[in-house]
Amino acid sequence: MRKLLIFVLLLGFSHSYAQDFIDKAQVNGSFQIDGQYYQPDNAIGIYDSTIDGRKMGVNGFGNITYTLGKFSAGVRYEAFLTPLAGFDPLQEGNGFPNMWASYQTDFIGVTVGNFYEQFGNGLVLRAYEEWTLGYDNSINGMRIVLRPTPGITLKGVYGTQRYYWQKFENGNRGIVRGLDAEFDLNQSIKSLNDAPVRLILGVSGVSKYQKDKDPLFNLPENVSALAGRMNLSAGKFNFATEYAYKINDPSAMNNFIYREGQSILSSLSYSQKGLGAVLQLKRVDNMSFKSDRGIDGNALDINFIPPINRTHSYSLAARYPYATQPNGEMAMQFQLNYKIPKGSVLGGKYGTGIALNFSQVNDIVRSQVNDSTLVNTQGTFGYNSDFFKVSDHIFFRDFNLEIDKKINQKWKAVVQYMNLYYDIATIEGHAGEEAVKANIGLVDITYKITNRNSLRFEMQGLFTEQDDGDWAAALLEYTIAPTWFFTIADQYNYGNPDKDMQQHYYTVSVGYVKEASRIALTYGRQSEGVVCVGGVCRQVPASSGLSITLSTSF
Amino acid sequence: MKAVLFPLFSMLLFLNIGLFAQSDIPQVTIKTLDGKNFNTAEITNSGKPVILSFWALWCKPCQKELDAFNENYADWQEETGVKIYAVSIDDSRSTARVMPMVNGKSWEFEVLLDPNSDLKRAMNVNMIPHTFLLDGEGKIVSQHTSYFEGAEYELYEKVKEIAGVK
Repeated sequence: MRKLLIFVLLLGFSHSYAQDFIDKAQVNGSFQIDGQYYQPDNAIGIYDSTIDGRKMGVNGFGNITYTLGKFSAGVRYEAFLTPLAGFDPLQEGNGFPNMWASYQTDFIGVTVGNFYEQFGNGLVLRAYEEWTLGYDNSINGMRIVLRPTPGITLKGVYGTQRYYWQKFENGNRGIVRGLDAEFDLNQSIKSLNDAPVRLILGVSGVSKYQKDKDPLFNLPENVSALAGRMNLSAGKFNFATEYAYKINDPSAMNNFIYREGQSILSSLSYSQKGLGAVLQLKRVDNMSFKSDRGIDGNALDINFIPPINRTHSYSLAARYPYATQPNGEMAMQFQLNYKIPKGSVLGGKYGTGIALNFSQVNDIVRSQVNDSTLVNTQGTFGYNSDFFKVSDHIFFRDFNLEIDKKINQKWKAVVQYMNLYYDIATIEGHAGEEAVKANIGLVDITYKITNRNSLRFEMQGLFTEQDDGDWAAALLEYTIAPTWFFTIADQYNYGNPDKDMQQHYYTVSVGYVKEASRIALTYGRQSEGVVCVGGVCRQVPASSGLSITLSTSF
Repeated sequence: MKAVLFPLFSMLLFLNIGLFAQSDIPQVTIKTLDGKNFNTAEITNSGKPVILSFWALWCKPCQKELDAFNENYADWQEETGVKIYAVSIDDSRSTARVMPMVNGKSWEFEVLLDPNSDLKRAMNVNMIPHTFLLDGEGKIVSQHTSYFEGAEYELYEKVKEIAGVK
């Protein structure tokens, strides 16, 4: 009865004085379903017992946002019944993980409920969501953003983070609070609005509160982290840097040592039309920061330490992806983009694009805090580390060169070479395995049959003595723009040291796209691998069967 | 469950008229390539159409689409006055590489940064590339996900329609 009353009231409201506002109301949303039907495939090691009755996995979500002028509200529904292979079993469940309401003006923005946020580069705070990995560390709480004068932004947040479907209660995980201030000098001072040199400064502070229930150690219940950043640009140059510091925070991630954490990320770039170059440096020392000190999985991260190496798009080039080692690493990255001008000998009629990229990541150097304590001993200060020293232990190195060229109205090509060093023991936790040294080459050719019909052909090779040995891959795709695609692909592990595992991983796909809706069906085999997005990785087991993806936005 | 769904359905009903209205772009603060704040309300083109496209450095089809736009941009602008905004959803892993890449590719259009996917979420973008077409008043008139070779011609037909160019 009471519900009926609310219903009538709302209906009445909608047809009376609020007419104007209602005409301006908007509803938007999006839905996605990723489903897979698994079948046994003994040749690649998938038996009935591997599937264990879970023949189907379905991950799905829906978002609905309602906006009326300065007010907006939304819900997100998710169902993982059962989660697709490779997702955390804790993901299984269904419900509304996110509900929020928000009011925004030029001066103030207030959000209550679940929200995502990032301070600076995220070194002390980043809440985000990555559907393909099943990663979501959104904050459930309140956020206030103030913009008192042009160029000044102040943010304050507090709340608890999402941990799959587990409700926050009785202090079962920590509470996160944070403040951030950003000051854009040129936007603040009128006479500097159009100055050739631009300066932006920012500071943030984050504090985590988690009760100490440890019977053995006396742990800090309030852990604070601070960061300062600047962005200086002058003409074609840009310099950006951020430094973050965290007080001692013994946790499962760092083997409960009482060492402080720090991290620095800097980049210097130069660019003009046709040419761009960037150099980045990074140091990370004991910087894992989670809202539950007891967990060591991919969840409840308060901060985000970005891996700065290139994220590859082609399948074999992306076979060995790097993930940041939050306990310590020294990284550098260099990239050069150049477009050979149109009309020159090498540029031809359309110009030629060149991208050169190099990155390397080493461990930091650790020494004993005193003669009687081994490095990283639980309950001690852990280790000493010289800020500028680089260890000989290489985690990752990637040199790659990519050339893209439009040959004429019909033909286009991308060619890439890559040389890789990948410490699989550290990155994927395969203790004792030899680091992978690989050469990878690929070509991607597009042939335009007519304006709307095209063929695309991909050929890749990965050559290595380690891990699963050599791979070759080929793909043929026919597209009818903007609607249809048909793809056949095969990855062949012809160099696997285990003869029985020299298998073909073939797939056949068909897809249909209409406006913002996309349906894709794929049948075939998926090889075992790692999917990484945003420094978080997920192990994907080998599988065989039929998968469907359906996505729409409105 | 019921406790959630009932207000939700009531809310939807409450909006019954608004549902059919064409959408504006949500107002979200993102960044320009040199780090300045940029309010998406500033995405306008004085009465002419706007193409808004989401992309990232790790997305090859996105770059192929933007390369195709770039190749035609001068002609398209001359004929219809259309303006292109390319919003990169690269996060702090790769934001530093965006500007060198954009310049290295000689892209002529505006490029914006959405490092924590705030605009992507507000516009309900699930996968990229995802391209929106806005009319002269900033209303979303069509959207498309994925890029296949030649899709730019279809899009440009729609741009011409909005701009009133035959």
